Amino acid sequence: MNNEKWNVTFIVTRKKGDEAPRTQSFTIDVDPDEYVLDGIERVWAFHDRSLVFRHACHHSTCGACGMRVNGVEKLTCITPIRSVTHDGGTLRVEPLRNFPIISDLVVDMGEMYARMDDARSPQVASVDQSNLGYEKDPEDGGDYERLVDCIECGCCVSACPIALTTPAYIGPVVLAGAHQALEETGAPELLDYVDQENGVWRCHSAYECTAVCPSNVDPAWRIMNLRGRVIGRRISKLFIRA
Amino acid sequence: MQNESTPVNFWRWFDPRNRSIGTWAFILNRITALGLTLYLFIHLIVLGKLAQGPQAYDDFVTLAHTPVVKFGEMLVIAGGLIHGLNGIRIAMTSFNIGTAYQKQIFAGLMVIAVIGMIIFGWKMFGA
Repeated sequence: MNNEKWNVTFIVTRKKGDEAPRTQSFTIDVDPDEYVLDGIERVWAFHDRSLVFRHACHHSTCGACGMRVNGVEKLTCITPIRSVTHDGGTLRVEPLRNFPIISDLVVDMGEMYARMDDARSPQVASVDQSNLGYEKDPEDGGDYERLVDCIECGCCVSACPIALTTPAYIGPVVLAGAHQALEETGAPELLDYVDQENGVWRCHSAYECTAVCPSNVDPAWRIMNLRGRVIGRRISKLFIRA
Repeated sequence: MQNESTPVNFWRWFDPRNRSIGTWAFILNRITALGLTLYLFIHLIVLGKLAQGPQAYDDFVTLAHTPVVKFGEMLVIAGGLIHGLNGIRIAMTSFNIGTAYQKQIFAGLMVIAVIGMIIFGWKMFGA
C-alpha cells in the first residue's frame, strides 16, 4: 500500500451571490494518486462546508465535475493530483469559463442544454459513430447502440476562445451534438441549423475544444465535417434546379 | 454571463498560457491580420505621396531605405507569410481536409514561413 503524502495548497475560486469572484487557499495533505475531486471533497469535508461544487459518478460518466485545474479544463474525478502539481506545490481550481457562476465552482449550464435540445443532440447513437473504437461482435456483426460519448461536461465551451466573447455562438458541444444527430438521422434541417453566422462559421479553428475534451468526442473535427457538408450542399445547389 | 464582448475577454484571446498549439495559431492569425490591416492604411497614405509631386515621393523612397523602415517591411513580409500560410490550414480543414493533422500542418507551414522570412531577410539586409 502506498502511504505517500503530499502537502498541496488548493487555491479555490469562491463566489457567492453578486459578489466578485475571489480565491481562497487551503493547504492539505493528500495522497498524490488521489484525484483532484478527492482533494476538493477533502477541503469541503474538513475545512469549509460552505464550498459549493458539483459531482456525481466519480468515474467520468456524468460530466458534472468539469472545472479548470491550473488553467486547463479537466474532469476533476479522473485528473490525478500527481499529474497537475507536486509535493509542496499549488493547485488552482476554478469554475468553467463562459458560463454564469451559480456559486463557487458550480456554473449554470441551462443555456447549453437548451441549445443541445435545439440541435436534437442524441442520447444514444450507433457504436459506429463513436470515436472510441468499440469492437463489434464478429459473430453477428450487429449494429449496436450505446450512450453517446459526449458527457455534456462543458469543458469544450470553457476552452473555446470564441465562446469567450460571443454568447450567441452555439458552441462546440452543440455543434458536435448536431453532427451526431445528422449522422444518426440524416435530417437535412440540421444542416440549416448549423449553417448560420453563429453556427459552424463562427468557429475560428483554435481546436481547444478537442484538446480538452475528456471523452474523445473531437468537437473540432465534427465542426469541420459539418462545414464540409454545408459547403458540399451549397455547391450542389448551384447545379440542381429547385 | 461571463462570456461577453468585453475588453477583458478580448485580451484573453491573446493569452496562450495552458493552451494548445491551436491557440498559438489563433493568436498569430489575429495579430498578423491587425498588422496587415494597419500596413494597408500606411501603404495607401504613402501612395498618396504620388499626388504631391516627384520630390515628395523621392523623399519617401529615401526614407524607405533606412534600416527602421526596412525592418517594418520585414514585419509585413512575416505577417503576410504567417497569415497566408495559416489561412491555407484553415481553408483545408474547413473543407474537412487534414483536420486530424492540423497541428502538424500548422507546424509545417510555420517552418515554411520562417524559411521565407530568412530568405527575404537575406535579400533585404544581407545583400
